[in-house]
Amino acid sequence: MQPILSLRQVSKTYASGHTALDHVDLDIKRGEIFALLGPNGAGKTTLISIICGIVTPSTGTILVDGDDAIRHPRTARAKIGLVPQEVAVDMFSRVGSAARFSRGLFGKAPDAAYCDQLLKDLSLWDKRDAKVMELSGGMKRRVMIAKALSHEPDILFLDEPTAGVDVELRRDMWKLIGRLRDRGTTIILTTHYIEEAEEMADRVGVIDKGKLLLVEEKATLMRKLGKRELDLSLVEPLAALPPELADWQLSLEDEGRRLRYTFDAQAERTGIPSLLRTLHDLGIAFKDLDTSKSSLEDIFVDLVGARG
Amino acid sequence: MSGINFHGIRAIYTFEMARTMRTLWQSIATPVITTSLYFIVFGGAIGSRIDSIGGVHYGSFLVPGLIMLSLLTQSIANASIGIYFPKFTGTVFELLSAPISAIEMVVGFVGAAATKSVVIGLIILATSALFVPLRIDHPAAMLAFLVLTSITFSMFGFIIGIWARSFEQLNIVPSLLVTPLTFLGGAFYSIDMLPQPWHTVSLFNPVVYLVSGFRWSFFGKGDVAIGWSLGFTGGFLLLCLALIVWIFRTGYRLKN
Repeated sequence: MQPILSLRQVSKTYASGHTALDHVDLDIKRGEIFALLGPNGAGKTTLISIICGIVTPSTGTILVDGDDAIRHPRTARAKIGLVPQEVAVDMFSRVGSAARFSRGLFGKAPDAAYCDQLLKDLSLWDKRDAKVMELSGGMKRRVMIAKALSHEPDILFLDEPTAGVDVELRRDMWKLIGRLRDRGTTIILTTHYIEEAEEMADRVGVIDKGKLLLVEEKATLMRKLGKRELDLSLVEPLAALPPELADWQLSLEDEGRRLRYTFDAQAERTGIPSLLRTLHDLGIAFKDLDTSKSSLEDIFVDLVGARG
Repeated sequence: MSGINFHGIRAIYTFEMARTMRTLWQSIATPVITTSLYFIVFGGAIGSRIDSIGGVHYGSFLVPGLIMLSLLTQSIANASIGIYFPKFTGTVFELLSAPISAIEMVVGFVGAAATKSVVIGLIILATSALFVPLRIDHPAAMLAFLVLTSITFSMFGFIIGIWARSFEQLNIVPSLLVTPLTFLGGAFYSIDMLPQPWHTVSLFNPVVYLVSGFRWSFFGKGDVAIGWSLGFTGGFLLLCLALIVWIFRTGYRLKN
């Protein structure tokens, strides 16, 4: 199936000489939730801004549903909705009219039924006649989403959608994003909350210093790069690791009261049975054991950290 | 999407007009009060000592100049704040990411700013009728000048709004350039009344041609030939249009 968004060799070098994006290739599948992860200044917002027409790329091509976004921006832009990182909305506007303005700006005829339903879906219906300035921070962010969705875009960009919002609103946002995906909207979100990507994304891209380091199915990524850990709570604390245990990747935690074994979950043999046998032979008893797998955050830190 | 984005133009136009409606009384009261004060000071106090200029009663002679003074300042102010404010608040991202061309955007912003200026011009005209006898020899030309000048200087204001990086810069051109040029452009006198070399110097003031052309539409005579006035206004309009097209092509002070 043709990707809904396709980037080839997209770069951005500013007049100062700073390269914000370095030859990025990326395909986004129709209907997926794609999470772009990266530390601050990695190039996430620049990438989104280029696709949306806010920043001019230095090189590269961008196809939005087959339409060249640089040569024929009108058709491409009509299919895109953007919720920027900062709340940027005319504070004197009323909520309903702000959404209607965005719909018109993007070339859509007025549709009161659609706009009303949108406000209801975003729990803004009761505030439809309120001025934006009168709303809480979370509500303002919902207004931004309403504006971005007002022209029924096929692709929705969410730049750090839950940055600075409380836990409850963050959960609400996740539910909303899930509902949008169910309706067939392709969603691309940037975040540095790994939990967010882990919760929602189908695929994950990691960007750092303008380079796209990897793009992978989230589940595959976690399977490929995920490490597992086995924690053994010892009956008697150990002062040091016995030399007989040198064959396993072990560490002593909690002042010698816990023995941690890190192993590759993908490996054919985990080494756990032999480790347990050796511990028994050495007379090291344990009273409890626990296993855990590494989160996307651990994977992300490993990837970005490895590049220095 | 193809063709003209009429919905987009309408959205910008309606939004800008709604901004005016929020300050409706201020928008109407300011020109009415200012015009009344000009008539009291210049028409009543000073004008009572001036018999007539070129056969036109001084109070009546003031009307085109007063309208032009407000037209230039209001057009620039309305259009410049219209595009500067989205830049200041960050909402410009929506304009830049929308499927709307530079020309369509300009039609929306400049159309709204020019509409406000024309309405204010007509309000001043109506206010003037309360103070002095009005005579308009060429009403169609008067309306055409009113609309053309409003559009041209709204475009000029739009350019200033894009160029400005601060509210201070936003006010520099209107306060340090346009207002002095308007005062020295024959708004309150005929440049024929000036001694040399100031008469010749005045001919390099572009506002002279605007005021003169507008005054011609009222009284059938101006400081310079009507052709020059029309040519200058049309030329300045084309220059502004070319600058705006260049701004959107290059993204000057809009895009990185």
